[in-house]
Amino acid sequence: MPVDFVAVADGLLTGSARAPQLIGSECRRCGVVAFPRQGSCAACASSDVRERRLARRGTLWTWTIQCFPPKSPPYAGASDDFEPFGVGYVELPGEVRVEARLTEADPARLRIGMPMELVLVPAPGGDGEQTFAFRPVEER
Amino acid sequence: MSADAVAVVGVGIHPFGRHDGISGLEMAAVAARAALRDAGVAWQEVEFAAGGSDAAGNADTTVSVLGLTGVPFINVRNGCATGGSALATAHAMLSAGTAEIALVVGFDKHPPGAFDPRPEDWGLGSWYGATGLMLTTQFFAMKIQRYMAEHGISESTLAKVAAKAFENGARNPNAWRRRPLSEQEVLASKMVNHPLTQYMFCSPGEGAVALVLARGERARTLARAPVYLRSVAFRTRRFGSFEVFSPSIPIATAPSPTTEAAAAAFEQAGIAPDDVDVAQLQDTESGAEIMHLAETGLCEHGEQESLVRSGATSLGGRLPVNTDGGCLANGEPIGASGLRQVHEVVLQLRGEAGERQIAGPARVGFTQVYGAPGVSACTVLSR
Repeated sequence: MPVDFVAVADGLLTGSARAPQLIGSECRRCGVVAFPRQGSCAACASSDVRERRLARRGTLWTWTIQCFPPKSPPYAGASDDFEPFGVGYVELPGEVRVEARLTEADPARLRIGMPMELVLVPAPGGDGEQTFAFRPVEER
Repeated sequence: MSADAVAVVGVGIHPFGRHDGISGLEMAAVAARAALRDAGVAWQEVEFAAGGSDAAGNADTTVSVLGLTGVPFINVRNGCATGGSALATAHAMLSAGTAEIALVVGFDKHPPGAFDPRPEDWGLGSWYGATGLMLTTQFFAMKIQRYMAEHGISESTLAKVAAKAFENGARNPNAWRRRPLSEQEVLASKMVNHPLTQYMFCSPGEGAVALVLARGERARTLARAPVYLRSVAFRTRRFGSFEVFSPSIPIATAPSPTTEAAAAAFEQAGIAPDDVDVAQLQDTESGAEIMHLAETGLCEHGEQESLVRSGATSLGGRLPVNTDGGCLANGEPIGASGLRQVHEVVLQLRGEAGERQIAGPARVGFTQVYGAPGVSACTVLSR
């Protein structure tokens, strides 16, 4: 369970607001990692899977900018105050590529291969619930 | 050709676009009647039928309009592969000797705007849709974004694909978008999901297509010269294929369902990709046409940049692609799209495609339809 924030859904997130972690699963038979947590392995069909907390850092594998308000439902946010947001897949080394919102929505500041870190952002249309996003890590 | 080969002997279409006051089922009946008329076959002679829509009703309801003959009719609802699955079913029934003449129909009628799927229908938590991740357009954008980086495809090539579609659509009386748009207009249109702009995307729409199939002697003795359906193959995704509505994807990759369906279709037909004279590929957006060109084996990965620039995929080129304007100019009524592709190949192989008839000899045609959550259907047709 998250220690100091309310997640947008049960079973997705753990850790703290400063260091949130995604909850995935790992197949004990073939080692394949998935997110969100699965009851069986999509690669080898084994049901011998265990929970695995995923790495908080990875690299941007691909990205886009969501420029128009998604239809609601299923989107929980309002369309009148919509701001474009980034979406991408972030490769967590040796684990899995996770799809997530990005904190950066400027295409000029996104680049495949750049380092990214997991953070929390307010869930659209929520009442203080947090969802996950990746933010570019400052490169020195 | 073997003595019991299956052929398309009649085609019919209800124009694509937006049509107030006519239901999807009524459009299906219009297409079915046109296909029967084209084949010179009476509805009473049809011994098997299959068809479907994603959102416009049960295909077998069309029989009440055409006449209640007791014909076995299978309703198919299989996402973007609905038409391809109906065609595969009819092809199998004819090949098995269950019937000599079959009708296949696909139709749809979607409201304007992007599709709004329910996460629960796709085995996903409601959070996935609520937080703004459940959009097909995002997936297509992210797939082509990665592909462009890996294979050196430019934004200009994305725009050229769309401009070609609208140029072809302008020559197709059944198309929805019939105004040619330049590469510059496509690039300057509103950004939807980087790197894809508004005119690089097709829109959900309305339309219907029907085909009459016949086997063996019947196929050879009907009014129209048969166009042989050499193969139909469809596949779903394997573990590792990058597909729509995936909260995560594995690091290990696998061939796409299109790669596997196309390879199976060519192998069953005994025809190689090099033999194809005209192809219709799923172009939900212009990046999809580029990626599908290579996934189907019609070119190498990365070769698209020079292929498109040289005009090889235009009407006058060596491999014309989406000669009727594709999904970009016709819109996407899900149940009808796959059969529209076959309809167009039949017209091209018959030499009846009018203003958009391809320049070169047209003996072999290929079609590929793709959809969520990773399903692809391909056909090979020949004279």
